[in-house]
Amino acid sequence: MSTAHESHDTDVDAKSGKTTTGHEWDGIRELNNPLPRWWLWSFYACIVWAVGYWILYPAWPLVSSATPGLLGWNSRTAVQEQLTDLAALRAASSARLNTASLEEIERSPDLLSLARAEGRVAFADNCAPCHGAGGGGAKGFPNLNDDDWLWGGTLAQIQATIAHGIRAGDDEGHQGNMTPFAGVLSRAQISDTADYVRSLAGLVPATDPGAQRGAVVFKANCAVCHGEDGKGKLELGSKNLTDNIWLYGGDKATIMQTIALGRGGVMPAWGTRLPASTIKALTVYVHTLGGGQ
Amino acid sequence: MSAPIRKPDTASTPSLAEEVEEPLYVARRQIYPQSVHGTFRRIKWIILAITLGIYYLLPFVRWDRGPGAPDQAVLMDFPARRFYFFFLEIWPQEFYYVAGLLILASLILFLMNAVAGRVWCGYLCPQTVWTDLFLAIERLIEGDRRERMKADAGPMTLEKFTHKTLKHAIWLLIAWWTGGAWVLYFADAPTLVVELATLQAPTIAYASIFVLTCTTYVLAGHMREQVCTYMCPWPRIQAALTDEYALNVAYRYDRGEPRGSLKKAVLLREAGKPAGDCIDCDQCVAVCPTGVDIRKGSQLDCIQCGLCIDACNTVMDKISRPRNLIAYDSEANFAARAAGKPQVRHLVRPRTLLYVALIAVTGITMLVSLAMRDTEGVAAIHDRNPLFVRMADGAVRNAYTLRIANKQRAERTFLLSVAGVPGGTLDVVGTGGTTDVSVGPDQTRELRVFVTTHTPLDPGVSLPITFLIRDKATGVEAKVPDHFIGP
Repeated sequence: MSTAHESHDTDVDAKSGKTTTGHEWDGIRELNNPLPRWWLWSFYACIVWAVGYWILYPAWPLVSSATPGLLGWNSRTAVQEQLTDLAALRAASSARLNTASLEEIERSPDLLSLARAEGRVAFADNCAPCHGAGGGGAKGFPNLNDDDWLWGGTLAQIQATIAHGIRAGDDEGHQGNMTPFAGVLSRAQISDTADYVRSLAGLVPATDPGAQRGAVVFKANCAVCHGEDGKGKLELGSKNLTDNIWLYGGDKATIMQTIALGRGGVMPAWGTRLPASTIKALTVYVHTLGGGQ
Repeated sequence: MSAPIRKPDTASTPSLAEEVEEPLYVARRQIYPQSVHGTFRRIKWIILAITLGIYYLLPFVRWDRGPGAPDQAVLMDFPARRFYFFFLEIWPQEFYYVAGLLILASLILFLMNAVAGRVWCGYLCPQTVWTDLFLAIERLIEGDRRERMKADAGPMTLEKFTHKTLKHAIWLLIAWWTGGAWVLYFADAPTLVVELATLQAPTIAYASIFVLTCTTYVLAGHMREQVCTYMCPWPRIQAALTDEYALNVAYRYDRGEPRGSLKKAVLLREAGKPAGDCIDCDQCVAVCPTGVDIRKGSQLDCIQCGLCIDACNTVMDKISRPRNLIAYDSEANFAARAAGKPQVRHLVRPRTLLYVALIAVTGITMLVSLAMRDTEGVAAIHDRNPLFVRMADGAVRNAYTLRIANKQRAERTFLLSVAGVPGGTLDVVGTGGTTDVSVGPDQTRELRVFVTTHTPLDPGVSLPITFLIRDKATGVEAKVPDHFIGP
């Protein structure tokens, strides 16, 4: 067994009657309270364990990877296995979500909490980067909590939007665009139109001369898509301009920018990326965020 | 603080001139505690029987909670997230009761320490109780101290081999039973026993039993006093919590010294010279389960089990000297005797009073809050993103997640309402337009609710609001405060 360091003198401390370890710092010596020998053995056992770990698991870094380890374990396959286990665990509940209609899911407290639980996680994983953690939206990304829907807020419409996306190259997806009017209208016309759009939402009095001039321009250029009353058309995804809920902003400069340069945000088609049961769960989750129709 | 109960033991101190080199690691010195009879041994047997009896049998005690509820008196139901203790049912969010219980336990530990030192270590600690049991079995099979020492020193014989095998087999059996009893606290005991026997029990049950069998066997059979001296933090803490009035197992050196043989003491006394009562028979050392010499004073290794008191009293009776040369005594008493003053007994002192007061406050607070706790509850979380939503018609809406708990064993219907929002209306997702919410027996229900108002609010306002649930049958109410955030 190890003994105190040879090069130092071990001696007996007069006060306690104990030997010292021979270690000395500025005249202060350490009393030797010997550790049990099994403690040392467990320390060696840990070292042996570590060596076994090196051999069995990925350990030593190589140029572009690491030693694979005899067990062949790696974190990627481990995650894959866990995902498989999860799918197996969820099989029964996914089957229930698959067979029930969206309306049935919302009516049954059981299925609703199941769908909302799965939907919440799927939303956080896939949708939150653009729409925000609670679907609160951001500039260019709609708030999913309000009742202003570009492409419809019923369960079926939300499901279609999630599955096929918007301007994402999916044939069944939504395609409409806000056309840029920069070359078509003059700057003054664009300014007048912006005033008129703001008057529709009640931000500018209808008697404003700019708004009155803009009304004419609107009728000629914008009413085709946004409707005579400016309330938008669902099949085109054109925005309702009268409810003071804005996707890009309701200040005059932003509206002028929208008119001049056009808009055309993209939402991926999730139908090819997520299982049908997850799409359904997401649909119910978004529908119950608050704005569902 | 007065001087510690420690007389400098000059005999064992090596002289400076000696060449000393002690190893930094030492092998364990095997301890062979001798059997002993007396008051404290009897107390220890009784406590051992009671504590082990409770531990092994409690899972089988039944407690009727009505249909659909487990009928086990003490049960940690992890899958259902419930803790049952006789008349109590603790939900996960009420786990602070268990924290309170731990606070109470530590305060009682402090009080025990202030009154009579390491009562916990000597009599109640599982390590002590199981070690005591394992020692009793060792003694039963291999004989008392002398026989065991002789057998261990001698060569392997058939008898020694048989004894050792039998001892370890019985140890393992007890260890296995100890692990087995542990898992019974986590599932219905009679069912689990059948499952275990028919190999139908969950893997985790077998794994737990295996691990606890190993720990019991190793800790009580092999590690023994080393758990107390090397692993347990309590001796270190205890030393810092004690004071001069605390009773501790102590050798009364003022009466015992100078120690010497009985004959020598008689001669000295006849010559009119001082002679101690200690006849240096080493019985106190022989019976000690941790192998300390109590005559060296209060020390970390001593668990204060009082067995040396029993051993010494037996000897004192034989030589017709007064008992209690080793006894529960305090430093203050030592000082008083040395100064020729009367005995000091300060059981009631600021330290003990404070502990009793703290125990009373903690205990009463817990009892009152337990007695007054509701069987229903509501919790609310305001949506964090977005904080508020402006609707197409100009209304402002806030969304909340509510969780309603029904702790009764029957389904109840609650009427949900909100107060504090001018013109506010309440909508609940998934109830088909009603604010009546039914919650199943012993369950919680999560709800997404919206509070909407058309009344114009000041910009950036944050109104304090209250969600209220009322049991439709009994009218019992519960509420939770939150905020309504304006545009």
